[in-house]
Amino acid sequence: MNMVRNHVLISIDANTIIAGARAVEDALIKEIARQGLSQEIVVLETGSVGIEDQGVVLVVYPEGIYYTNITPAEVPELVEEHLLKGRVVHRLMLKETPKRFVITKEKTGLMKEQPRIVLKNCGFINPESIDEAIAADGYQAAAKALSSMKPDEIIAEVKHAGLTGRGGAAFPTGLKWEFASKVDNPVKYIVCNADEGEPGTFKDRLILEGDPHKLIESMIIGGYATGATKGFVYIRGEYELSIERLEKAIADARSYGLLGTNIFDSGFDFDITVMKGAGAYVCGEETALIESIEGKRGHPRNKPPYPITAGLWGKPTIVNNVETLSNIPEIILKGAENFKKYGTEKCSGTKVYTILGHVATPGLIETEMGTTLRDIIFEYGGGIKDGKRFKCALVGGAAGAFLGPDMLDVKMDFVNLREYAAALGSGAILVMDEDTDIVDMLKSVLHFFKHESCGHCVPCRLGTARLVELIDRIAASKGTSKDVEGLTRISETMKDTSFCPLGQSLILPVSSSLKYFKDEILARVQ
Amino acid sequence: MYKETILKKFEPRLDNILYILHELQDNNEQHYVSKEDLKLCADYLSVPYSFVHGVATFYTMFSLTPRGRNIIRLCDSPPCHLMGSGSLLDYLKNKLKIDVGETTKDGVFTLELTSCLGVCGVAPALMMNNATIGKLTPEKVDAILEERRKSL
Repeated sequence: MNMVRNHVLISIDANTIIAGARAVEDALIKEIARQGLSQEIVVLETGSVGIEDQGVVLVVYPEGIYYTNITPAEVPELVEEHLLKGRVVHRLMLKETPKRFVITKEKTGLMKEQPRIVLKNCGFINPESIDEAIAADGYQAAAKALSSMKPDEIIAEVKHAGLTGRGGAAFPTGLKWEFASKVDNPVKYIVCNADEGEPGTFKDRLILEGDPHKLIESMIIGGYATGATKGFVYIRGEYELSIERLEKAIADARSYGLLGTNIFDSGFDFDITVMKGAGAYVCGEETALIESIEGKRGHPRNKPPYPITAGLWGKPTIVNNVETLSNIPEIILKGAENFKKYGTEKCSGTKVYTILGHVATPGLIETEMGTTLRDIIFEYGGGIKDGKRFKCALVGGAAGAFLGPDMLDVKMDFVNLREYAAALGSGAILVMDEDTDIVDMLKSVLHFFKHESCGHCVPCRLGTARLVELIDRIAASKGTSKDVEGLTRISETMKDTSFCPLGQSLILPVSSSLKYFKDEILARVQ
Repeated sequence: MYKETILKKFEPRLDNILYILHELQDNNEQHYVSKEDLKLCADYLSVPYSFVHGVATFYTMFSLTPRGRNIIRLCDSPPCHLMGSGSLLDYLKNKLKIDVGETTKDGVFTLELTSCLGVCGVAPALMMNNATIGKLTPEKVDAILEERRKSL
């Protein structure tokens, strides 16, 4: 047997492919072969390691050294120095290691810095290899659930863990499953919402690209617990790599008998179909998503009936977000009590955030519920870029609120932020420095909603158009203070009268920007 | 005839409509879903033409008008906007002498806007056909356009 001396992990995800990761991978394999090291050095593909703006990223194990911004030109030096002679190339190393990159090994104890439940395997395993997923505890929770637990025991465990929907609505997942399990119907569906359209959010994409098997496993468990035998994953049409990897993972799981009939000899049958979207933000709303799967325009439906009783093709349907589902295996495997060790009293577990905008190191992190905005921006995000000062952060995507300096030390979780008229939403944190023009940002947010309003209900269709007119006038310094009042009035009306959360949520960015920056906005009008 | 081969890849069920429209568009030389395509799809799925038209116009990834050989889709969501996609849009418009949704006279480029591409770590970003490119600057945009022109 060959002794493998080093493993070189190369991150292949949407961001690194842009930076040329495939070319670096080819060069690396060729150069290792040229130096005659192919027997002792293994190059492995993995998903995102959480670094999003540093070009192609390599991690060399067992040392756990991160190399960033690698191009094929640097490969010969890297192979000769580090892999052949064992000398670290300091010039190419990640200089300062911000907290969130310290995830190298669980046993170092440094994992405490970033408890990883959802992203546990992202950036460590090859997402295209089912064997690696299995070696990293993949499908163990499903085996445990299907062979030794009754559906109601699973539901009780999930309920007890206090897991809530991570798509933004924060509905208790266990309760949703319980309702679904009690509906008497031989045909039920479980749908995973991977229509990640909230601007600034790409966590689901990186979960799908980094550890697709975890999602499959979670859906098997969810199906078994609720009595659904057919699963659908609805993915945005733009996410080509996610679709490709999940489809491969599903095919592999089928060939291993992990999907199909009589899974783990339990008598339970389950299979998953991937559905590809075609560019519509509103399809992130669960009933619109269901309409879209059925092959119609993605208009939201009347509620009630809720999907739990009458969803896809009129059958009971459970809709869960990618991140929500990805928590399930850990809860089943290690128990609800262990899960509750993380997070706050009202919101247990972790949250995956995307940090972006004017921060030193944008990226993807997972931290406990209750982490403050200050920690996220300054510890994990490396602080404000170019030594500037913090102005505000748009938290929760376009349908979120602007949070100013006074909110930096508030413990962020779904329940707590609601008290401050804000929302954790999808977990996108868009940081803005002191030079940011808030009117311009609000304009961008409102234009986004105008484009994405589906036109189904009048308040949203007309409201978004009027809001854009007002903000365009204000931005062009042609508005009046009445126009500023109009922003609040219209978005309040939309909150009360819009048909679905899309129109109802514009009040968040509008009222929060006025709360913090009314003077700045008024200074732009006559 | 090849269009029927595309249709036959899918069962004639309504939930395959987005896949069918994607395939028809991807296999159209002018990167759009033509009236003829809509008609074929409607007949295949046994639904009215107006229904398929309604679906195709609802989703932004489908175009019902012919497009250029290369489609530029610049992300204009708030994160890219914050990192300067607004001025890049002006730059592209000036450079190509077209507005959003238009095609250059020589038919080489179509300029479109897109919602968040989910690569906000490297904002501002655009998609050139199927490739996503980030950390854009005017110089980088020039290089991308030049590369596409050369590959004609």
